[in-house]
Amino acid sequence: MLLGRFYHSDRGGAILLAGLFLLAIVVPVLNLVVPESSPFHLSTYTVTLIGKYLCYALLALALDLIWGYCGILSLGHGAFFALGGYAMGMYLMRQIGDRGVYGNPELPDFMVFLNWQELPWYWLGFDMFWFAMLMVVLVPGLLAFVFGWFSFRSRVTGVYLAIITQALTFALMLAFFRNEMGFGGNNGMTDFKDILGFDLQADSTRVALFLASVVALAVSYVACRFIINSKLGRVIVAIRDAESRTRFVGYQVERFKLWLFVFSAVLAGIAGALYVPQVGIINPSEFAPLNSIELVIWVAVGGRGMLYGAVLGALLVNYAKTYFTAAFPDLWLFALGALFVLVTIFLPKGLVGLWKKRGKEPEP
Amino acid sequence: MKPLDPLRKALRRDRVFDFMMPQVVFSPDLDVSHGPILYLEDVTVSFDGFKALNNLSLYIDDGELRCIIGPNGAGKTTMMDVITGKTRPDSGSVFFGQKIDLLRLSETDIAQGGIGRKFQRPTVFESHTVYENLELSLAADKGVWPTLFASLNQAQKDRIDEILEVIALTEQRHHLAGTLSHGQKQWLEIGMLLAQSPRVLLVDEPVAGMTAQETERTAELLTSLAGKHSVVVVEHDMEFVRSIARKVTVLHEGSVLAEGSMDEVQNDPRVIEVYLGE
Repeated sequence: MLLGRFYHSDRGGAILLAGLFLLAIVVPVLNLVVPESSPFHLSTYTVTLIGKYLCYALLALALDLIWGYCGILSLGHGAFFALGGYAMGMYLMRQIGDRGVYGNPELPDFMVFLNWQELPWYWLGFDMFWFAMLMVVLVPGLLAFVFGWFSFRSRVTGVYLAIITQALTFALMLAFFRNEMGFGGNNGMTDFKDILGFDLQADSTRVALFLASVVALAVSYVACRFIINSKLGRVIVAIRDAESRTRFVGYQVERFKLWLFVFSAVLAGIAGALYVPQVGIINPSEFAPLNSIELVIWVAVGGRGMLYGAVLGALLVNYAKTYFTAAFPDLWLFALGALFVLVTIFLPKGLVGLWKKRGKEPEP
Repeated sequence: MKPLDPLRKALRRDRVFDFMMPQVVFSPDLDVSHGPILYLEDVTVSFDGFKALNNLSLYIDDGELRCIIGPNGAGKTTMMDVITGKTRPDSGSVFFGQKIDLLRLSETDIAQGGIGRKFQRPTVFESHTVYENLELSLAADKGVWPTLFASLNQAQKDRIDEILEVIALTEQRHHLAGTLSHGQKQWLEIGMLLAQSPRVLLVDEPVAGMTAQETERTAELLTSLAGKHSVVVVEHDMEFVRSIARKVTVLHEGSVLAEGSMDEVQNDPRVIEVYLGE
C-alpha cells in the first residue's frame, strides 16, 4: 500500500528505484555467475565503472536537494565528496599495514618518505572501520555546519554564496596539495590493499562495493523524497521562492538552510567514501573547482528540482564523458560546454522536464 | 581618551546583557490593560543622514482598525520595518503590549509572537498550492525537526477551511498560488496572516492594483477582522481609506502630522498643504 502511494506520488522515483533494484540483481549475476567466455559476461571493470557513476549520482542528488529545492547554489560540493573520500582513504591506508613499499606497520608510505617518526594525532583511530565511517559523516557535516552557520547567518545568498563555496573547495585543494598536511600531498592516497579484510582487487569485493553504492543511492533517494514531501520540504521550497516572506511567516530561515546544507554535505561525504575504494585513489584534484562545476552541470542537464532528474543527469553525462574521452578526447570539454548551453536554453527543466508536466497531487 | 575607556564602555555596570534578560514570553494574555497594544515612542531611523523616521510616536489600540496615510517617503513602510524587526531604529522604543520590547527580538520571533505583516507587493509561495500556503503559515511549532515530522490534525484542517472561506478561495484551494490573480494573491496573503493567529496585522497597501469590486471585498474583509485583531493599514487610496477608517494617522517626513477621523484629517490645513503642495 505504501509502495502504491509512493508510485502515484513519485512515478519517476519509483522507476528509478525499480531500475536500481534491477541493477542490483542483474549486474552481480552477469559478473559472478555468467562465465567469462559468454558474451553476456560483464567485466569487473564495467561493474566498478557503474559503481562509480552511482556515487556521482548520489553526489548529484545531494546537490539537487539544496540547489533545486532550496536555491542554494553550492559550487563547492566536491569538497564534501572529497573529504568523505579522504576519510575512507585514511582507513584504507591504515589497512595496508606493513605491506607498503617501506614495510612500516604504523606509518603509511608517504610519511616514511617524509621522514616522519610517528602518526599525526588526526590519523589516530582511522585503523578502525567504525571510526572512519563516523568521520565520513562527521567531517563533511561539521565543515558544512561551520561554513553554513557563518554564511547563512550573515545572509549571504545567491551568487556570493556560490563564489565563497568555490573558494572553499579551492582553498582545501591547495591545503591538501601540501605535503606537511599529512594527507599524502599531491599524490594523495592509493595502492589500497583491502577493506574489512576483503581483497579490494577481488571480483566479489568489487561487486559488494557496487551493491553498497546501489543501496546508498536508493536509501538516500527515499530519505530525500521523505524530506521533500514533508512540511519541511515545503518550507524549503518556500525559502527558495520567497525567503523574507518565510521569515515573516515565522520560520527561522537560517536554521532550515543550515540543516539542509549539513544533510546534503553528509550525503556527499558518503558518496565520496563509496567512490574511493572503487576507483582506488584519492588525491587533491578531487577538490578541484572544475569538479564541482561539472557536478552542477549534471544536475542542470538531468533536471534540477527533481530528485531523479539529478540522478539521471549524473548517469547520462558521466556515461557520455566515458565515451567521449575515449573516442574523441579533445572534444569532450566542448561537448560538455555545448550540452550545458543547450540544456539551459532549450530545456530549463532539464531532460526530465521533457516528459514531466508539473501537476500537483490533490491533498489527501 | 584614556586607554581604559573602551574597556569600561564594554563592561558598563548599568547595563544588562541581552542574554541575561528573562526569556520573552508571548502569551495569549498580552498585557494591554492600558489600551494600546503597540507603543512606538520617539523612534528615529536614519539612512545615511536622511531621517526616514523622525521622533515618531504612535499608539495602536487593541482591536482597533487604524489607517496610516502619507505622501511617498513619509516613512510608512519604514515604520512597519521597525515594528517587524527588519530595521533597527537609531533611537526610541517599540513595545508590544506593555512588557515585550520588540527591539530585542528577531523578525521570526516577532512573527511567531503575534505580529503578522503583509508586504506592499503580494508575496505568496508561488510554487505551492493555496492550501499549502496556508498550511505553512498556520501557527505551530516552527522548529526544524518538528516541521520535518509535522502533519495536520483535524483542528488545523478545519482552521484552514475556515480561512479559505473568509478569503473566498475555497474553490482555488488546490491551485498553485502563482496562478492566482493579483487580487486573489492579496487575499491569500491576508489569509496567511490570519493563519498565524496574530494579535496585530500590519497590512501594506492591500488594494493596490485591485478592481473596484475586489477593493470593496477587501474593505469588508479588513473591517470584519478588526475587533478580534488590531489591524494597521497603510494605503494611498483615499476612497478606500474613507470606506474603512475610523481613525486615520497622517505621516509626513517621518513623524505624525495629524491624527483623527477621516473628516478631521481631511480638513486639517497642514494635511492639505502636504498633500496639495504649497
